[in-house]
Amino acid sequence: MAEAVMNFLNNTLGWVTGALDMPSARAQVFGFQIGGHLFIEVFLLVVILFLLSQKSYKPPKRPLTNKEIDELCDEWVPEPLIPSLNEEPYEPPVLESAAGPHTVIDGKEVVNFSSANYLGLIGHKKLLDSCSAALDKYGVGSCGPRGFYGTIDVHLDFEARIAKFLGTPDSILYPFGFSTMFSAIPAFSKKGDIIVADEGVHWAIQNGLYLSRSTVVYFKHNDMKSLRETLENITSKNKRVDKLRRYIVVEAVYQNSGQIAPLDEIIKLKEKYKFRVLLDESNSFGVLGKSGRGLTEYSGVPIEELDIVTADMGHALAAEGGFCTGSTRVIDHQRLSSSGYVFSASLPPYLASAAMTAIDILEENPELLSKLKNNISVLWKELSKIPGLKISSNKESPIVYLRLEKSTGSQKDDLRLLQKIAQRVLEEDSVFVVVSHRSTLDKCRLPVGIRLFVSAGHSESDLRRASGSLKKVSAQVLGSHN
Amino acid sequence: MCPYTFKDCFGRPISSAPDAWFDVVERYSNDNNKTLKRSTKVSRCLNLGSYNYLGFAAADEYCTPRVIETLKKYSPSTCSTRVDGGTTALHNELEKFVASFVRKPAAIVFGMGYVTNSAILPVLMGKGCLIISDSLNHNSIVNGARGSGAVIRVFQHNIPSHLEEVLREQIADGQPRTHRPWKKIIVIVEGIYSMEGELCKLPEIIAVCKKYKAYTYLDEAHSIGAVGKTGRGVCELLGVDTADVDIMMGTFTKSFGSCGGYIAGSEEVIKYLKYTCPAHLYGTSISPPAAQQIISSIRVILGEDGSNRGAQKLAKIRENSNFFRSELQKMGFEVLGDNDSPVMPIMLYNPAKIPAFSRECLKHNVAVVTVAFPATPLLLARARICISASHSREDLMKALQVISKVGDLVGIKYFPAEPLKQYQDGKAVKYD
Repeated sequence: MAEAVMNFLNNTLGWVTGALDMPSARAQVFGFQIGGHLFIEVFLLVVILFLLSQKSYKPPKRPLTNKEIDELCDEWVPEPLIPSLNEEPYEPPVLESAAGPHTVIDGKEVVNFSSANYLGLIGHKKLLDSCSAALDKYGVGSCGPRGFYGTIDVHLDFEARIAKFLGTPDSILYPFGFSTMFSAIPAFSKKGDIIVADEGVHWAIQNGLYLSRSTVVYFKHNDMKSLRETLENITSKNKRVDKLRRYIVVEAVYQNSGQIAPLDEIIKLKEKYKFRVLLDESNSFGVLGKSGRGLTEYSGVPIEELDIVTADMGHALAAEGGFCTGSTRVIDHQRLSSSGYVFSASLPPYLASAAMTAIDILEENPELLSKLKNNISVLWKELSKIPGLKISSNKESPIVYLRLEKSTGSQKDDLRLLQKIAQRVLEEDSVFVVVSHRSTLDKCRLPVGIRLFVSAGHSESDLRRASGSLKKVSAQVLGSHN
Repeated sequence: MCPYTFKDCFGRPISSAPDAWFDVVERYSNDNNKTLKRSTKVSRCLNLGSYNYLGFAAADEYCTPRVIETLKKYSPSTCSTRVDGGTTALHNELEKFVASFVRKPAAIVFGMGYVTNSAILPVLMGKGCLIISDSLNHNSIVNGARGSGAVIRVFQHNIPSHLEEVLREQIADGQPRTHRPWKKIIVIVEGIYSMEGELCKLPEIIAVCKKYKAYTYLDEAHSIGAVGKTGRGVCELLGVDTADVDIMMGTFTKSFGSCGGYIAGSEEVIKYLKYTCPAHLYGTSISPPAAQQIISSIRVILGEDGSNRGAQKLAKIRENSNFFRSELQKMGFEVLGDNDSPVMPIMLYNPAKIPAFSRECLKHNVAVVTVAFPATPLLLARARICISASHSREDLMKALQVISKVGDLVGIKYFPAEPLKQYQDGKAVKYD
């Protein structure tokens, strides 16, 4: 039986080979005999190629049916709009009179260290007179954005005045101090540009940096060595750096710590690495410098070296709004591309005239500046001796910043402790100081503290009362805590 | 945005209050409009451009004395943030008043309307959330949405069915790339769209949002105080219960003649905002005289000042808007916007007609606002008229005469005009 099968197989093979050999039996290509086996090999090759060219099996795409979408929509549960708060939010004390150096809270007169009223202009007669005149003439609001009949002559007068005061070609007025920086930065810096900013800048600047979509690199707070290293890093590592716009963003007097930026060193670094500088002078305008012109006068740097200078008028000038000053091209560009200027109603005219009067008063009364400087140094000396609290602001900063010498480890607990001190100081000695509250959106990680805003309107007895009260209360609170 | 050739059509300075008639300062240029210098000459013009819906722009007999009193008591600024020493008794009163006016449990007030949107949206929304906004929303909303870090999707202007489509698709798909479910979804619409003059289709949109469990945010910058029987905005006009809208936002610049913005919502939302909103924690509090102006103007609107001037103003603005719109349409102009809306854009289409229309109107002492790219699409340029309750019938007739003449000159009467005769006081009046 096996023999028969073997015979059959041999015969079939011999027949097939013979059939294949026959047509090419005598063919010779390039000296090689073409045998019948070549046909089998070619056939196999064709089969392999055919299989390879087949697409692999993909499950067919099936879009969701309406019923399935309905089910998904029914299943979906949104989170609550706001997370639940574990604690009662802080209720600030309610003022019953103007926020001058002395104010009334709960029927009692208190010494007010919570308003950035550096020159003591709140309640000044000249200011109130010019505001009343403006209110009678123009009403309250300006009823339109700057492009659509919201430009009132007082706005233009103020812009010219501030430019003349600071010695720059032009300036632009914003309706709200907060929005000045966060509109100015995205107007100039776009995606792909590089910004080097101090890690302690306040939220408005952080938001502006985020909205600009540029690459942001933070350097250690007010640390020139860290700034130099960062700039060196950026310029050496990035080959395309010459084609990108590069900015350094700093504040003159930091709101979050009271430190003063060393402008002359920053300018040196700027020249070396070819960056542009944006300076926020909210807390130094009307404070630093011989005539109150700000950090540039204080450091002896000509203002032309700075590209963009912004300031909030809600501090020394006792008005509201903000301005930005610089070269004509910088200002003109903002008139068309700065969103907080173009798409918002303009500043109420009475506030612009208040600010103008404030500058007039500053120019006519330079003794306000010396009084302020004196007050700052007296308070600084007094407050440097408080056990448990350390002054972390600069000697000449109008914001005196006290933080815990030994932190509890968590920002929330620090805040609670400091809040207790501030509350007792208010209740027992009628001195109103404030704690730095941080928003959950704020990226700044500097330590929290108690802030005192010094004003030229404070008398020496006010300052001594504040320091005496803080010494007493902090000793009690921190002593019992430890 | 605007080339130098028609730079003089924008940013015209004025030297008086932006009332129904105001003084426009004339400007001249020595270098082909590159720089414009102010001259001392002013021309008294009819104001069709300022947002002065209820006529509170100039000194008002009830409001101004009280504002000056507040000025003397509280000074023009508190120089402090709300959470430091910037909260006065006036601020608390203002917030309670605004909440009761808008018919919500609580409200919070900020010093500037633009900042209200830009600083609130990042607090409410974050990564993993979805913001669906109308395609023609204002720049402040766009900026706030971008600053929040959430994903933004747009639905076709004022079309609730497209909103529904977008919502269904997004909820089913989930977050991009990971397909995780969204944390929360908010839909942002405006009461009156400032470039279209249209009212929002609020009842339908609220119904869609409720069905898909999305939160709603209504920006009433132009509609609060200007529409509705007692001036309470589009919710009153369209019969929507304010409890159905999660967050209501508005500004005080337009109808109340002041400055600032507010957010009204439930007690928990406002408490949370007071806890963490950066504009509340870091921005200077609203100027006390401006706050007093808001309180006084709301009192006038509600009739609490003892007169019926508020009701008169509301009736006047409705009457003025409807009269003006119908007359313009009869003359053959293409006017956008719904009835009762005080904002009426007149289509120019061709951007080259902008300087012509603007300058010719100014020559006849009528001040209009012309809007070009990028606020509107390039070929949809328009002139936007804002009617005020302080415009008298004669003012409107003069405006109609001038606009008709200029319209003929510039060639923007795109529709056939109706027969010319109009009747006023029993006498036929012809416009040519």
